[in-house]
Amino acid sequence: MADTSKPLQVELVAADRLVWSGEARMVIARTTEGDVGILPGHAPMLSVIIEGVVDVQTAEGETWVAAVDAGFLSVADNRVSILSERAEMSHEIDLEKARQELERAKSSGENDDAAEEAVRRAEARVRAVERAS
Amino acid sequence: MALSVREYRARIKSTESMKKITRAMELIAASRIIKAQQRAQAAAPYARELTRAVSAVATFSNVDHALTVEPENPTRAAILIVTSDRGLAGAYSSSVLKEAERLIEKLKEEGKEVDVYVSGRKGEAYFKFRQRPVVQSWTGFSDQPTYDVASDIGATLISAFLNETGEEPEEGTAPGVDEVHVVYTRFRSMLSQEPQAVRLLPLEVVESEERPSEEDLLPLYEFEPSPSEVLDSLLPRYVQSRIFFALLQAAASELAARQKAMKSATDNADELIKKYKRIANQARQAGITQEISEIVGGVNALADAQAGSE
Repeated sequence: MADTSKPLQVELVAADRLVWSGEARMVIARTTEGDVGILPGHAPMLSVIIEGVVDVQTAEGETWVAAVDAGFLSVADNRVSILSERAEMSHEIDLEKARQELERAKSSGENDDAAEEAVRRAEARVRAVERAS
Repeated sequence: MALSVREYRARIKSTESMKKITRAMELIAASRIIKAQQRAQAAAPYARELTRAVSAVATFSNVDHALTVEPENPTRAAILIVTSDRGLAGAYSSSVLKEAERLIEKLKEEGKEVDVYVSGRKGEAYFKFRQRPVVQSWTGFSDQPTYDVASDIGATLISAFLNETGEEPEEGTAPGVDEVHVVYTRFRSMLSQEPQAVRLLPLEVVESEERPSEEDLLPLYEFEPSPSEVLDSLLPRYVQSRIFFALLQAAASELAARQKAMKSATDNADELIKKYKRIANQARQAGITQEISEIVGGVNALADAQAGSE
């Protein structure tokens, strides 16, 4: 099985760019089944993630947070790839704008899946910034 | 001499200002190509990881998905034609459209009805002028497509495709299609771009060019929540990323074609200016010669008249 002493190779990939790549000790992401934490040596896994926050503890012990859209998480051989159509690191998000968007999404009054998704997305962005600071 | 010197001067001037415009467009296109290529490169990791994931699911589960099943009797096909929004790009749009016409012809021979989806104003205008129906068109982004557009197009095409497998098409919506093709221009290099037609749906996962190499064997994945659900959300994304890829390629090709067209336009303007300058100089010289001979003639006539009167 994969060596547990080595750090994870993490790639956070958005549709139009590579957002972050590097080594990490731990990755936490939200899947359709709930939050999963991935440590080095995790069994190969492919899972569906939903709009939410991804926490990564880097090999240097720092932690960064990113807001992601629905997408995928794949783990294999100590390589973790997080794919999402949109992904933003917390420092790339404008908190004020994110809050306004959340307000707008909540007050839009629509009750379909798209509206719920928009709310979840906006919430994730606000949470990402708050958690990082 | 056909025209006066003044008229040639005016022509030289207008050709020069046209040359300035084409030269500027050439430079703009050249700088945008680099950006377009960078965007294509930036999108590559996503496509690569997605392809990996799709082939992993395809390899380790026998789940059939609506998007991969070949319909038994295909009767209707959709074509997405990726053209440019603006002209002045040489034969770029017309060669894509020609390729598309060929594909439409072929599909019709196979007995399929063809629904046309167009991206880019040029393609839209082409079908409108010929009064042929277009199911849906997207415009306004051809030189810098975003993923949002790709996912919008993808969602439309996927729902058109799935409509067929569903129970009954709803009132007012387009009837479902059995296959989806994309015609776009592939960016081979700065000098060569070629129109290409590929079948997008039903999916053939193996056709991707960025396949994981043979040596890194796919590990035995666990699927959460289940293989079919993973596939459910994976495949539409895969389709969208293929469309995004096509749009990015088309954008780079469009800019390259424009750069080439504008370069030859600038060169032609140079030639024209040179030619006009020669003719203008000739005309100027002819004018001077004529003036001299008129003066000389006049002096001679005067001298003759004076000699006659004495």
